[in-house]
Amino acid sequence: MSTISVNKPATVSAWPVIFTLSQRELVRFFRQKNRVFGALVQPIIFWLLFGAGLGTARVGGADSNRLDYSHFFPGTLVMILLFTAIFATISIIEDRREGFLQGVLVAPVPRWSIVMGKVLGGSAIAMLQGIVFLFLGWITGKLGWFQVISPSTTALQWVAAIALMFVISIALTALGFLIAWRMDSTQGFHAIMSVFLLPMWLLSGAFFPMDVGGWLGWIVRLNPLTYGVAGLRHCLQNESVGVGLPSLSLCWIVSLAFAAVIFAAAWSIAGTRSTGDLL
Amino acid sequence: MSSAPAVDISHLAYRYGEHEAIRDLTLGIAEREVFAILGPNGSGKTTLFRVLSTLIPIQQGEVRILGLDLRREASAIRAQLGVVFQSPSIDKKLTVLENVIHHGRLYGLGGRELHTRAEEMLSRLGLAERSRDLVEKLSGGMRRRVELATGMLHRPRLLLLDEPSTGLDPGARSDLWQYLEQVRDNDGVTVVVTTHLLEEAERADRIAIMHKGQLAALDRPDALQAAVGGDSITIRTKDPAGLSAEIQKQFNIPAMVLDNSVRLEQPNGHQWIPRLVEAFPDRTESITLGKPTLEDVFIHFTGHRFWNEVDPETQPKGRGRKKKSGH
Repeated sequence: MSTISVNKPATVSAWPVIFTLSQRELVRFFRQKNRVFGALVQPIIFWLLFGAGLGTARVGGADSNRLDYSHFFPGTLVMILLFTAIFATISIIEDRREGFLQGVLVAPVPRWSIVMGKVLGGSAIAMLQGIVFLFLGWITGKLGWFQVISPSTTALQWVAAIALMFVISIALTALGFLIAWRMDSTQGFHAIMSVFLLPMWLLSGAFFPMDVGGWLGWIVRLNPLTYGVAGLRHCLQNESVGVGLPSLSLCWIVSLAFAAVIFAAAWSIAGTRSTGDLL
Repeated sequence: MSSAPAVDISHLAYRYGEHEAIRDLTLGIAEREVFAILGPNGSGKTTLFRVLSTLIPIQQGEVRILGLDLRREASAIRAQLGVVFQSPSIDKKLTVLENVIHHGRLYGLGGRELHTRAEEMLSRLGLAERSRDLVEKLSGGMRRRVELATGMLHRPRLLLLDEPSTGLDPGARSDLWQYLEQVRDNDGVTVVVTTHLLEEAERADRIAIMHKGQLAALDRPDALQAAVGGDSITIRTKDPAGLSAEIQKQFNIPAMVLDNSVRLEQPNGHQWIPRLVEAFPDRTESITLGKPTLEDVFIHFTGHRFWNEVDPETQPKGRGRKKKSGH
């Protein structure tokens, strides 16, 4: 009756593990209706708020207000990626508390595949939402309401924008993973979010222009997220790109490096075993 | 014990900061046995479970599982282990089948084989009808069965279970043990169960009694009970220390003080009852006679009541906790 094979591979290959873990993230996301609702409605609310804001600005009649709205568009896109990525990785705290994670930790899988599964799953959710918002931006232009994406954006630029969004999502999800791995409560994560992640977004050129002076300007320049926002400006708004914007190639280099470094850090922290694994 | 032991632990020690959870533990678990690690909370059994399940690294000593060195070959060991945690490691937002499938992929299974095995395992555990239900809709007993299905899916050679009957009613508990025996007999799996339930450990082939991180006793349940030697007599009294001393003086037999009572282990216990009551008529509140239970075994080997232990493992943040009492 016993058909036990003794010669099992020591470690299973990573890709099915990555696939199954990211699939789980997506299934969980779509099964929690309030999350789906939030994810779809949030971009629409932003869009409406901006629309309303622009409406009142229009009373002044100044043409530059158009630039203001389009100025916020890439930043809002990044904010959507940030929120979704971060909220997706908070679930690692839940996984740990509810016990799911320990089952994964004792499986014969490489640690990096655990990180990759979580990060890709979170990024996929962030991308879904980001693309919905991107679509809203495109349609408002088509309808002639307001031009937030340059009408001359080429197919290649669209692809580049989406690819860059993906890189930013990976970086932000990995960052969320890095922060969440050692936390034992979601409250702690929210504290980090308000003192670290939100300022990081505010100082990414999403809000202030790039050429803000003094120490604030330095923070903006040192903030890797700045280059994600700027890269999206390059891709989607090539005509109205502001002064002092870093070059597109620099944006790519910094964004890719940001994602790689944070992912490596997340991998290395996930390799540490401590009593923290045992909540 | 014809073959090499399934688990071979020698001089294992583990500490959380100042607290020594396991002290110089040496024991062997044979292949194809159902082995219970029995101890109250804080006895070190959960730490031992975590070491064996590869969740925490070895600090001191050696552990070999299925002939492999836990320190160096942890991932090879993992492929041969089925682990059932105390807090369920299944995802409540997924269905029963989805959980089993996900789990199979973590162990390198896939394709049609995975689906066949998953369905086989679910029907074996009586879950076939519920395979499309979300786990959050299942009862505690059902969830535990899903855990067992995931734990056994990849046909491990060693099944580790941490307090598996937590939250189960007596019927489900009995089913669980039946299943474990089946797994041992039909699949040739070695089963290691930690438990703080005395009546549960009695169903194991052998029991290791842990106390304060050390091995207090190790044997078959009946042999352990026989070691107590005769019947156990418990006398409730207001002055246990005084009474114990009197008994020892008058009858020249050992008498142990435990909380508000004095405890004796003597053959032919029924003959001692009238003698004791007559000797100390007004100092005896009540006197009970019993066949030795595992609690008696525990007291016999450790000199402590089973339920009186404080639990340092469950208070990692330094929060105070009242002693459990009763039972």
